[in-house]
Amino acid sequence: MNHSTSGQGKGAIELRQVTKRYNNECVVDAVSTTIAPGEFFSLLGPSGSGKTTTLMMIAGFAEVDHGQILVDGTDIVEVPPQRRGFGMVFQNYAIFPHLNVFDNVAFPLRARKVPKDQIKERVSKALELVRLERFVDRFSRQLSGGQQQRVAIARAIVFQPSIVLMDEPLGALDQNLRYQMQVEIKDIQQRLGMTVVYVTHDQEEAMNMSDRIAIMNSGKIEQVGRPAEIYENPATKFIARFLGEANLIEGTIEEVSGDVAVLRTAGGLALSARLTEPVERGARANLFVRPERVAIASEVGIATDPAVNCANGRVVQTSFLGNILRHSIEIGPDILVTVDVQNASAGLLRTAQENVVLSWPVADGVILQR
Amino acid sequence: MARSNKFGDGSVFILPAVLLLVLVLVAPLIWFFIQTLAGVGTAAELLTQAWSIITSRAVVTALATTNWISLLVTLLVLVISYPLAYYLANRQGLRFTLVLFCIIVPYFTSIIVRTYSWMVLIGRNGIINQALLSLGVITEPLTLLYTKTGVLIGMVYVLLPYMVLTLYATMKAIDPNLMRAARGLGANGFYSFTRIYFPLSVYGVVSGSLIVFIVAIGFFITPALMGGPSDVMIAMLIERSVEIMFDWSGAAIMSLFLLFVTLLLYGVYYRVTDVRRMMGA
Repeated sequence: MNHSTSGQGKGAIELRQVTKRYNNECVVDAVSTTIAPGEFFSLLGPSGSGKTTTLMMIAGFAEVDHGQILVDGTDIVEVPPQRRGFGMVFQNYAIFPHLNVFDNVAFPLRARKVPKDQIKERVSKALELVRLERFVDRFSRQLSGGQQQRVAIARAIVFQPSIVLMDEPLGALDQNLRYQMQVEIKDIQQRLGMTVVYVTHDQEEAMNMSDRIAIMNSGKIEQVGRPAEIYENPATKFIARFLGEANLIEGTIEEVSGDVAVLRTAGGLALSARLTEPVERGARANLFVRPERVAIASEVGIATDPAVNCANGRVVQTSFLGNILRHSIEIGPDILVTVDVQNASAGLLRTAQENVVLSWPVADGVILQR
Repeated sequence: MARSNKFGDGSVFILPAVLLLVLVLVAPLIWFFIQTLAGVGTAAELLTQAWSIITSRAVVTALATTNWISLLVTLLVLVISYPLAYYLANRQGLRFTLVLFCIIVPYFTSIIVRTYSWMVLIGRNGIINQALLSLGVITEPLTLLYTKTGVLIGMVYVLLPYMVLTLYATMKAIDPNLMRAARGLGANGFYSFTRIYFPLSVYGVVSGSLIVFIVAIGFFITPALMGGPSDVMIAMLIERSVEIMFDWSGAAIMSLFLLFVTLLLYGVYYRVTDVRRMMGA
C-alpha cells in the first residue's frame, strides 16, 4: 500500500463491532475494520447506509451503543469530541460566519491555547497549502463554495492532526470543481501523511482519492478493498451496481472446474466466469461483467477461444454519451447486456436492430451469489 | 413593465393598517401637541418652558428612576430569557410546545390582570410571604409590594416574552453544525459558547434589549400599581400632570420628550436589525 509518506506513523483507527441503534433500528450494525496510519480511507454507500453515522461515532458526535473505537490502540468511545484531536471537515463547510478566514483557521489553535506568535505562522502555512493566502480578511459570505471548502480544509489541518474526518466535503460543489478539489485534497493528505476517513456517496470520488474503500449498505460494511479490487471483483450484486454500470446475467451454475464456473441462462446460453468463492452446482447465481469489458463485433469471424465468452445478440437501444457509446444488446429472452464502446473514432455507434456478436474474456466475469 | 401584478409591489395591502394608525394614533397625537402647546405662547416662550420642565427636579428624578428601572428590568429579563430561549431553540416536540405556551399565554391576558395577580402573590399577606413564613424561612413578612423590587418583578414578568421570542428567533437561525464544528475542532463547551454561540446570538441580545428597554421606559400600569412613592416613572408623572395638576402643556412637553427618546432608540434598533440582515442571520 502507498504509505511511504506517512510521517510519524500515528493515526491508526480500529473499529470493533461498532453498533448504533435509533429506536431499536440498527443504523450501524457491528462494523469492524482497521485503518492504517496515513491511509486515505473512504466510507462509500447510498444515503441511509450508515456511513455518516459511523463517521459521527468516530468523531464523537454520535454515541456508540456497542463496540470499541481504537485510535493508536486506545479506546476513545468515552472521550468527548473536543478531546479526540481530529481535524474535521463538514458537509456544508460550517465556516463561522462572524469570523474572517484567518480567525476561522486560527480557531482550533486558539482553542488549544497555542501561543500567539505561533498562530500567525501556522495559519499562514495552512492557508498557503490551500492557496488562500490572499483571502485572510474575507468572511464566508464573500467566498465562493470552493473557497469556503478550502477554508474548512485549512481549519481542519492547521493543528496538524494525525487523523482528519471528512463528511461529504465536496457534496455542494459542481462537477468540474469537485474533481479539482479531489486532486487537491489527495495531494494535501499525501504531503502531510495524515489518515483521512472520508464519507461520500459518489463512487468516482471515492475511487479517485482512496487507498481503500469500505462499501456500506444498510448499516454493514459489505466489502473493503483498493478501488480497482472492488471495482473488478465486487463481492455482491449491490456493490457491482453501486460502483458504476454493471451487467448481471442470471442463471444456474452448471459446471465448476477450479476457479471457473459455467453458468447456464434461462435461454440456454452457457457463459463462463471466475469464482471468488466456492459455489454449488445447480445454485442460482449472476454473472457480473463491466460494460466496457464486452466487445461488439459484426457476425463475421466468431472467436472460438475457450477463454472468451461469446453470445449472439441484437442491438435494442443506443445512447451517445460523448466519450462513450452505450449499447443495450439483447442476448436472450429478458437478458439485456450493456456494452460501452470508447468513442475512439467515428462510426462506432451501432444501429438499433442490428445483429451483433458480443465477446468478453472469461477472466473479466465474476460469479456473484449474493 | 416587468410587473404585471395590478397591486404593484403589494404595498397597497398595508394601506388599511397605515390609515388606521394615522387616524387613531398619529393624527390625534399631532392634534394634541398642537392644541396644548399653542396655548403656551411664542416659540421662544415654549422653549423656555420646555427647558424648565425637563430640568425640573421632579422630571429629572423621574427620568433617572425610569432609566434605572428600565435598565435593571432589561438586564434581569435578559439574564432570565437567554437560557430560556436557548432551551427553546434546542428542543422539539411536547417540551418545546409546553414551555412556549407558558411564555406566550400571559401575552393574551391584560396587563392589569397580570399586575393584580402579582400583587396578590407578593403582597404583605400574599401567598409568597405566607409560604415563607410557614416554612420558617423568614420571621417577618417581606416588603415586596410598593417597592422597587415589586416594580421589577412585575415589569420583568410582563416584558419577558419580548426578549424570549427575539432571542429564540436569533438562536434558531444559528446553524447547529457550527457548534459541532467548534467542538470537533477542539473547543470545549465554554470556549465554543463564548467564541461562537454568544457572538452569533448577540444581535438578538441587542435588539431584544432595545425592545424591552423601549417598552419599559413608557411603562405606566405596573409601576403605578406596584411601586412605592419613590418609584415615579416618567409616564406616571405625565399622568399626574394631567389628572391632578391639569397641566396639559407640561404633560405635552414631557410626552414629546419621551416620544423623541423612544424614536431615537427605535432608530438604533432599526440599524441593529439591519446589521443582522447583513450578516445573513
